[in-house]
Amino acid sequence: MGDVILKMTGIEKSFPGVHALSQAQLEVRAGEVMALVGENGAGKSTLMKVLTGIYPKDDGKIEFFGKEIELRSPKDAQDLGICIVHQELNLMQHLTVAENIFIGREPVIGPFVNQREQNRMTTELLESLNIDLNPKRVVKTLSVAKQQMVEIAKALSFNNTKLLIFDEPSAVLTDTEIDDLFRFINQLKADGLGIIYISHRMDELKRISDRITVMRDGQYVDTLVTANTDIDEVVRLMVGRVIYEEPRTHSMVAPDAPTVLEVEHLNSLDVKDVSFHLKKGEILGFAGLVGAGRTETMRLICGADPKDSGTIRVNGKEVRIKTPEDAVRNGIGYLSEDRKRYGLCIGRSITENTVLTDLGKVSKGLFVNDRKADRISQDYIDKIKTKTPSTRTLVRSLSGGNQQKIVISKWLFKNCDILIFDEPTRGIDVGAKSEIYHLMTELAKEGKSIIMISSELPELLRLSDRIMVMCEGKVTGELDIAEASQEGIMRFATDRNVGVSKNAG
Amino acid sequence: MLGKKINLQKLLAPVVLVILYVLFSIIGNGFFTTDTLKTILESSYYIGFMAFGVTFIIITGGIDLSLGTVMMCSALLGAYSFKVAGWPLALSLVLTVAVGVMFGLVNGVFVAKLKLPPFISTLGTMMMAQGVGSIITKVQSQTWPTSTDPLGGWFKKVFIRYNGMPVGAFWLAAFFIIAVLILHKSKFGRYVFAIGSNEEAARLSGINVEKWKIMVYALSGFFVGMAGIFYAAAYTTITPGTGNGQEMNGITGAVIGGVSMAGGSGSMVGTLIGVFIMSVLKNGLASCGLQAPWQTFFTGLVVVLAVLLDNYRTRAANRVRKS
Ligand SMILES: Nc1ncnc2c1ncn2[C@@H]1O[C@H](COP(=O)(O)OP(=O)(O)OP(=O)(O)O)[C@@H](O)[C@H]1O
Ligand SMILES: [Mg+2]
Repeated sequence: MGDVILKMTGIEKSFPGVHALSQAQLEVRAGEVMALVGENGAGKSTLMKVLTGIYPKDDGKIEFFGKEIELRSPKDAQDLGICIVHQELNLMQHLTVAENIFIGREPVIGPFVNQREQNRMTTELLESLNIDLNPKRVVKTLSVAKQQMVEIAKALSFNNTKLLIFDEPSAVLTDTEIDDLFRFINQLKADGLGIIYISHRMDELKRISDRITVMRDGQYVDTLVTANTDIDEVVRLMVGRVIYEEPRTHSMVAPDAPTVLEVEHLNSLDVKDVSFHLKKGEILGFAGLVGAGRTETMRLICGADPKDSGTIRVNGKEVRIKTPEDAVRNGIGYLSEDRKRYGLCIGRSITENTVLTDLGKVSKGLFVNDRKADRISQDYIDKIKTKTPSTRTLVRSLSGGNQQKIVISKWLFKNCDILIFDEPTRGIDVGAKSEIYHLMTELAKEGKSIIMISSELPELLRLSDRIMVMCEGKVTGELDIAEASQEGIMRFATDRNVGVSKNAG
Repeated sequence: MLGKKINLQKLLAPVVLVILYVLFSIIGNGFFTTDTLKTILESSYYIGFMAFGVTFIIITGGIDLSLGTVMMCSALLGAYSFKVAGWPLALSLVLTVAVGVMFGLVNGVFVAKLKLPPFISTLGTMMMAQGVGSIITKVQSQTWPTSTDPLGGWFKKVFIRYNGMPVGAFWLAAFFIIAVLILHKSKFGRYVFAIGSNEEAARLSGINVEKWKIMVYALSGFFVGMAGIFYAAAYTTITPGTGNGQEMNGITGAVIGGVSMAGGSGSMVGTLIGVFIMSVLKNGLASCGLQAPWQTFFTGLVVVLAVLLDNYRTRAANRVRKS
């Protein structure tokens, strides 16, 4: 392994009411992947923002290639060769892929942007990274995963890069895409770059990292050499206890449970003849690669997008769902995968977001009872252990994982009978994940029915009673949990030719 | 300690208002009198009502350019129904407000149902309102009753001044409180903020965004109709084809008061203070002998300063402090 290129010591950082970093430290060598782990709100992103000049540090020292550096702006960091792929997407939605990647560095002919050259350079870059994307696509029209890849391509397009930071890049990616990502990370490593890799997926640590730094409550805990470390030990350092998630071996649904939701021949641009049913108290998993049409299907069911054809029956009665309001009225709630765009009003407080789905419950007549609303949002904060200074804190200032918890509280509060969770644990730490699993299991036991889209197969196997697999807008398989395996799911998920093949008992 | 600091920042706008008032009292000619205070109040009524209305709209992320001409149109039609058609005054007043609500509904439907950008649709209704007023009155000026009129002599006494008492201020105060309650305490108000801060998230939460947006524009129309009454009470004669540009007074009041044009944030108290800052400035500059063009110039300057200040304020609130 190479020389130490980055050394951060004694880093201090406070926000109003939050001591986000206290004596934090981190060291990275050339040609190594340093994983940075810790619970939601542990200060990982903040430390990275200090390192990239986004936040000024209150105190501490940053040495880069042996020289102490002061970062006044993100540009300073970029000039030094420190680049970051942010946790929250930061693309300009109305611009094309190529424009986003080369913004500020456009190839020009005199005063004009050389569009053709820019698109060519982008194509070249994307090809070298094995990303299948048209440089002229407007970013707004891309799925979150694709947008994430654009971000990664952008970070890799700076050719003086010496240190590259990935803040939870894999949260929105599926296994195949993660394989691709790991391939370029390994390639970069071989080129002698230093890499910082933040993730909540513990299974990845062994695969990609050389060393692991654990943070807790803004403080440095320990740095471990991956090869000599047990992942359970890392988790213990992170959350202070051992967590073991057992896969489910058999369906927990009562055999005579009534069917609460039936979807038949649902069609739209990205959804082709999808039919399935959901039983009371069931957790139905949806597996598939990015672009398989899972989110699109659920958006049709919850009225977010108009469907071309198809029928939806709730409790045996056909319902007309044209808007999300109709869906909610019929007891269907949808937790979006893209919280910033579709899930939260990030400029408003936690309480306001939590009670938004059902203001009537905390109102007397026309007026909102703020005290009651605060009390309720505090209950959810305690229940799923959201880390925040108060209920009036703006959602914007929460860490990524904690924002996700607000989306969950919001729908728990609405108390719908059918809950559609789209990537519910994206960006959530192991401890909280296991709490959310228990919560979902509890909900199902209480008689709620749950649909869960997830790109993490272990999560699907841990929670689902039954798993539907989709590929390119079609349902390609249905597996009972008793006979489901990662390999089985992957076979259906990449099954591009077959129509519906049932494998369920 | 932190709480105090933020409160101090909130106090900034009122403090500016007081400083301006004191400043003009010192340098202005005959500014520091109860008469001037009354003039300041009285020239704030109709602007205040417009600003209350448009505050709701701006917080949803929209804008209303039709405020001014709709206000004139409603005052014009009210006067016409009273003087020409011989309606009882009370009914004419109801009509005045109804005209405002109607245009508000039209705006709401354009924006929410037909998905027209607010800027464009209210630009359209701005011209339509001006046209409607002129067509119905056949481009004749209309007058409201003065306090000596045998018929409807109570009009000014009820809305502007009674025995030297600025009764309009009570109306403004009452409706200010109503506006505060609606915006900051009611369910409706929460939806207004939620829509302005992330419309799609609000929609996916099962909120009928279209309905609430129409309500917002209708409510604003109600306030504009009220503004029509107070404009009439202050100026008596209404000329068709005017009103253009008055919307800027309302919008400016809200913006000076810290309502963000991006939507999602703002407060009624801020708007009220913004309106007063404008009136104090206008009357104060006049008392220094500076004429209308100067007043316009300085108001413009204040708008820019207010927004700068607001930017600084939010940035300061987000900035990192040592603990
Ligand atoms: N701009 C901000 N203003 C106020 N508080 C902030 C801000 N950014 C972060 N925080 C707070 O600092 C703490 C650390 O947040 P940070 O985003 O670094 O966590 P994280 O380790 O990246 O968590 P996650 O895994 O959820 O992304 C949190 O308590 C968060 O609420
Ligand atoms: Mg983070």
